[in-house]
Parts: sequence; structure tokens; C-alpha cells
Amino acid sequence: MKKLTSDRFETQFKDFKPALNGVEAFEEAQRCINCYDAPCIKACPTGIDIPKFIRRIGSNHVRGAAKTILDSNIFGLSCAECCPVETLCEGACVYNDLNHKPITIGKLQRFAIETAYDANMEFYKPGKASGKRVALVGAGPASFAAAHELRIHGVEATIFEKSEIAGGLNTTGIAPYKMRAEVSLREIERIMKMGVKVEYGKELGRNLQLEQLVKDFDAVFLGLGLGADSRIDAKGPASPRIMGAVDFIAKLKTGPASDLAWLKKVRTALVIGGGNTALDACRELKGLGVGHVVVSYRRGEADMSGYVHEFKWARQEGVDFWFYTLPTGVEAAGDGVKVALNRTKVTSAGKVETLEEMAPLTADLVLVATGQAKLESLLAQTAGLKFEKGRLVVDAKTGRTGHAKIYAGGDLANGGMEVVNGVAEGKRAALAMHEGFTHG
Amino acid sequence: MADLKTKFLGIESPNPFWLASAPPTNTGGQVMRAFEAGWGGAVWKTLGKPITNVSSRFGAIDYAGRKVAGFNNIELITDRPLDVNLREMAETKRRFPKHTLVASLMVETREEWKEIIKQVEDVGSDAIELNFGCPHGMCERGMGSAVGQEPKLLELITSWAKEFARVPVIVKLTPNITDVTRPAQAAKRGGADAVSLINTIKSIIAVDINDFVPLPKVAGKSTNGGYCGPAVKPIALHMVGSIARDPAIGIPISGIGGISDWRDAVEFMLMGAGNVQVCTAVMHYGYRIVEDMIEGLSDYMDAKGFRTPMEITGKAVPNYREWGELDQSYHHVAEIHPEACIGCNLCVVACDDGGHQCISVKPEIRRAPIVHEPECVGCNLCELVCPSPGAITMRQTERPAPHQY
Repeated sequence: MKKLTSDRFETQFKDFKPALNGVEAFEEAQRCINCYDAPCIKACPTGIDIPKFIRRIGSNHVRGAAKTILDSNIFGLSCAECCPVETLCEGACVYNDLNHKPITIGKLQRFAIETAYDANMEFYKPGKASGKRVALVGAGPASFAAAHELRIHGVEATIFEKSEIAGGLNTTGIAPYKMRAEVSLREIERIMKMGVKVEYGKELGRNLQLEQLVKDFDAVFLGLGLGADSRIDAKGPASPRIMGAVDFIAKLKTGPASDLAWLKKVRTALVIGGGNTALDACRELKGLGVGHVVVSYRRGEADMSGYVHEFKWARQEGVDFWFYTLPTGVEAAGDGVKVALNRTKVTSAGKVETLEEMAPLTADLVLVATGQAKLESLLAQTAGLKFEKGRLVVDAKTGRTGHAKIYAGGDLANGGMEVVNGVAEGKRAALAMHEGFTHG
Repeated sequence: MADLKTKFLGIESPNPFWLASAPPTNTGGQVMRAFEAGWGGAVWKTLGKPITNVSSRFGAIDYAGRKVAGFNNIELITDRPLDVNLREMAETKRRFPKHTLVASLMVETREEWKEIIKQVEDVGSDAIELNFGCPHGMCERGMGSAVGQEPKLLELITSWAKEFARVPVIVKLTPNITDVTRPAQAAKRGGADAVSLINTIKSIIAVDINDFVPLPKVAGKSTNGGYCGPAVKPIALHMVGSIARDPAIGIPISGIGGISDWRDAVEFMLMGAGNVQVCTAVMHYGYRIVEDMIEGLSDYMDAKGFRTPMEITGKAVPNYREWGELDQSYHHVAEIHPEACIGCNLCVVACDDGGHQCISVKPEIRRAPIVHEPECVGCNLCELVCPSPGAITMRQTERPAPHQY
């Protein structure tokens, strides 16, 4: 696996939610009222028993706290830092109804696991070899969560990854002020110790064939995620100043800072889109000190698919939101990009209609955050794999596709959600496979 | 601002708040600062034969992140020479003539009592307090709680003190006994003018789970100490009330035990205390806490129409009854108010596991849990654990027919 360089651009970002120290964590743990049948547990896609782990922090039993979290979610540290807790566990905290500040569950979770990992505590061992073998395609959190669960049950797990780095978007796609790439790799190293094999440079459809995997292994897990960033048609020469947002964030997180040295000179940047990737990207640009960051979205504020809390933070940080606007012409020119923009309106049928042209914008950088390609065409020819709205259809209880030996999870199957969803779906599939191997 | 002047045993203090005999009253410098801060009186750190104190001396328990819910000490009486204490007491009384100065004493023989009582009266003590309460160190030498636990001995020494003293005599009682009214009755028979209670409760505050030594540690060993602080207040309230309602006693009470603010003080006075003494809260936060006690008591008195603090004394005593005297036909049930409920379901699990299984969750009917009234015994557990003010109240109802098992 490729190692991270130490001079990554992302190391220049400060922690948006700083870690708690021992005293802070203890006091925060005391605030939790230990709800019975707690709403925070139900709000967690991995179903972590949150009051249970908080109670263990409150009784100075950090090992028990970390074990409680990891038993449900082996990416407990990543999720503690990158989960949208405002809409999940913390959003469900009963303190919201008392007009109190909800328990900072994410920070407590981070405290428990960091403390345990810093003390080199070990939690899991591989199970007795069952003789079964599973191939997992794509080295993101869904595949690793599945692989960890499979190893616990003594199943061999081999992950095939097209790039040279492990962790998928958990390593390359989380906004650096939320979490740095090394956190993802720290958790992956622990999973690797369970005896998970990873083969890098193996891409489905190029040097890896799904039919062959189905023949060679007892089951296959598809955790490929989504494809490349959507592109816009730009005139003029190819320019590094026009980039996909996911690609940009990956460069920021894993590439050497020297590759992006020119970023320091960017004064005006345009981000196109209204989802969470657009919100991450614009906040990152603000964090880098870009004076004027514009987000152009062709619909209105209420239509944005990005989280409301992220939008509010972006606004507080000075991001300029241009709703009902659409870039209609993008042309690279020297070190800049000329962008023609039109006003839009949304018709009663929900369609976006382009209206009159606005004054053009000259930006030093344009990031496209209008979605990622779906991998439907790559997989659709395999019998049993069905797609709906770009998502690979799986059974809600088992994560199994229409093909008896193929399971799936993560963005490929859910259309693009959080790390925590991928982890839950990977584990779901692993448990179903194990069940099939044992009782099938 | 209500008039807080309080007469106790004929001695007038600016307010009913005295410092108990303890580390905060160890020196003249401290007591004078306390009087400047607003304390109405002080019981000087117990005088007696010279002793040596150890290091460490204190331990505390924290609860749910809050420091010093309970406190424990293995300190003995004053370790400063008697003449130094007497000189500082004289100076303090000279500079603060309107504040009450009480000498706490602990000696052994009749002659020693005679001599020390004269010495403290000569420096201007307004009263003396006989320390029959200390549960560690001194009791092994036949003093402190060793006296407080022997009514006959207590009565005898009290009678000596009364024989020698011109100022009022207060007997400080130990809670380390089965029935506190016995030593209080003995004090009365010995001629005591008042009792003060409670002294500390014999205790081991905690154990270090790594080196197996109880706390506080003195060179790798420990001993039992005296427990005090907010955690002991309910025990003290009961003992004060027991003495206040005993017609065989009928002498004034100075209330002690976990008093930290004006509300605690009012509760002790309602249960029969003529004034109160404070230590642990001052050791935690300093003399300044008396400012809030003075303002709080004043506002309470104004709101309730009390003209002097003495009118508060004993108001709750007639309502403190034997269990058998309680009205067994009275009944109330829990009522959960959905608009204030936050859905934590703590009442559900508390009633299920520790109550009478009468609260259930029926999200299909309503968001808040539902009380099955015929099963509710009115125990209050749900109301006590509910974190949302006003979400659970108790409503009086007809008492249902006895449960059929």
C-alpha cells in the first residue's frame, strides 16, 4: 500500500471539532441521562449502544467503552470524526427536547477509541479457519467492515482495489477539518492485522473479472462505491484550474502539498453543486484562505441535498451562495477560468429552466460537485445484478444481490451515503454470508 | 432585608450561621476573616492537651463529576499550643464583640475541665461546646465519641462542666450510636443548656484499588475517619428532628451536618435547630458562601412572613411523625404530561425494574409513556428519576381496593 506523505496539504487544516481531554470526556459522560431504549441508538446506522459506552467512560472504564463501540462499528474512530452526528445520534438526543445542548456523542466516541488505541489495546482475533473464502471488490469502508467481520468468523477475506491506497473515500474524501487520512489508515491497519489480504492495482473490467471471482471464491462482496466526478464541457485547453470536487479533495488529503502550491494564490473560487461534496469543498477553500468562494446551485436553498448544519457553517465562514444560477459556459484562460452564468427558475413541475445571462465570473479555480458517475454499465451484464436509479439493488436484510453468490454495500448500493452506512452494510453482508456458509 | 439577628441560649449573633469547630476555625486570623465575611459566630477548633496531627488528613468522594459530595477527615483537635489559641481568642473577641465566640473543649479529668473552662471564659468565650463527638484518634484515648457513646459518662462530664462554667454549655453529640435521643437526654440530665449535632460519622472514605490502601493514606496505611459534607445531611436532619420532638429533652439544638446553603440551613431550622453550624462547604468554597446564605435566608423570610429566624425553628417538627401515624387511606398516582416529556423512558425502566410495573411505552397511542393507574402505588420513583421538570406529577385519587394476588 502507498504510504501517506507527511507534507500533505490537509495537515494545514485545524480540527473543526477538537478532541476532548480526559476531564472533559468524564464530565460530558456524566451529563448523559442513560435513556432507556435510547433514541440515539436507533439513529445510528450501526446501532452502537451509545448510553452503554458513555456509562463506561463515566466509570473510567475506557476499554469497555471502546469495545462497546467497536463491536458495532469497527470504523468507530472514523465515524466519530466524520459522521454527520447533528442529523444522526446527537440530533436524536433527548436533550434537544429540553433545550439543552445534546451530548457530544461523536467527541466521546473519539475519546474512547483514541484513548484505547493510544494505549495499544487489542480487541479482536481471527476466528478458527472455516475454509471459506470471500473476494471483496473496492477497498473502502464497506469492504473492510465486511472483511473484519468475516475474519472474526474464520473466513478468508481478499480485497481487490484499483488504486494504490486503502480506505476509499474514508481515506481520500473526508473534509480534512473533520478527519485526516491517517485516521482511516490507522483503523485499516488494525483490520489488516486480522489477516485481511489486499491486492492493489486490480480494477474490475480491466485486470479483474467478476465471473472469475465468482468461480474462484465462495462469495463476492461488491464495495466499489461510485465512479469519477461528473464533468462539465469546458472550452479552451485542459486546465488544472477546472477539477472535479472529489478529485480535488483527494489531492488535498493524500497528495503532497507541493502539487497544489498554486492554491495559495487562488483569490476567487467557484464550486458548482448543492450537495455535501459541494459544501465540503467550499468550506475547505475557505479554510485554505480563499477570499471569495462562490457556490452556484441551480435550485434554491431548500432544495439542497447537503446537510443544513453544514450549509449554516459554510455561511458563517463566509461562503457566498448563489442560488438559482447555472454556469452555462466555462473556459480556461491562462491561470484563470471564465465562467458564463445564467439565472434559473424551477417550474411548478420541478424542472430547472434557464433564464437570462448574468455578469460573467472570472475564477482562479472551478470545482465541479454535481455528482459521481454510476458504475451500472460495468456491472449490469452480470446475471442477477439489477440497478434502480443507478443503485445496485440488494436485499435489505442480507445485502445480497439477485445473484446468489454476490453481495454488495456502500455507495454502490445506497447511491452515496455516509461512511457509517457503508460500515453497516458491509457488516450486514458479512453476517449474511457467514450465515449462508454455516447453515446454507 | 429581614432582620437575621438570632438569640441562641441568650447569646445574640448577627445571624444564625456559625462556623463549626474544625479547620476553618483553627486560628484567630481565620475566624476574624470569617466574621468580616459575614459569619455570625464561630466555634473554635477544639482545645485540649497537645497532640500531633498526621499527613495526609482528608479524603473525599465525588459523585457524577461533582467534587466533594462527601468528605472525611482523620485530623485531631488543635495541634497549636493552648496559650496561642487563648491569646488569639481574646483578640478576636475584642475586635468582634458582637459576634459569637464559642470554645470547643475536650479534656479528660475533672480538674482539667475546671481549669480549661476558666481559661476560655477568661478570654471572653460566649459559650463552651463539649466535644463528645470526634470518632477517630481521640476516642481511643477515652475522649470524643467514647464519651458521646456512654450516656452515663456524658451526663457526668456535662455536670462537671455545668458546675464550673458561668457561660452556657453546649454538648456536641456523635451520630455513631443507635438512638441519638439517649445521649441527648443524658446531656439534659447533666444540665446542658443545648446540644449540637451531628459530629462526623465513622467512615472509610475509599480504597485505592491499585495499591489496596484505604484513603487518606499515611505512609501506606490508613485509619477510619469522620464523614461529613452534603451526603450526610439526611442523617443529620433525622437526628435533629428526633431530638426536637422528644419532650424529655426540650433544650435548644445547634444543627450541623452537610449544610451548604441557605436552603439547607432553613431545613435544619424547620426540623428544630435554633441555629446552624457549617464546615465542609467552607472548606470547599471558602467563607464567602455566607453571603448567599444571608441573602437567601432574608429573601425566604420576607417571602414567608417570618420576622426573625427564631420563628422558623421547629415549624416542621409537628409534621415529623411515626410511620404508624401516617394516613393510610391517602392515595395518589403518577401522571405523565406528554407536552413536557422528552421521551427518555427512564420512568419506564425505573418502574419496571424498581417500581410496580405500571408504566409502559405505546408509541402507536402516544409519544409519552402511559401510566396504568390501577397498578400505580404512588411511590414517586418515576417522578424522582424524570429529568424534565413538570413532565411527571402525582395526582391524588381514591384509594383502589387492595390488590388481589
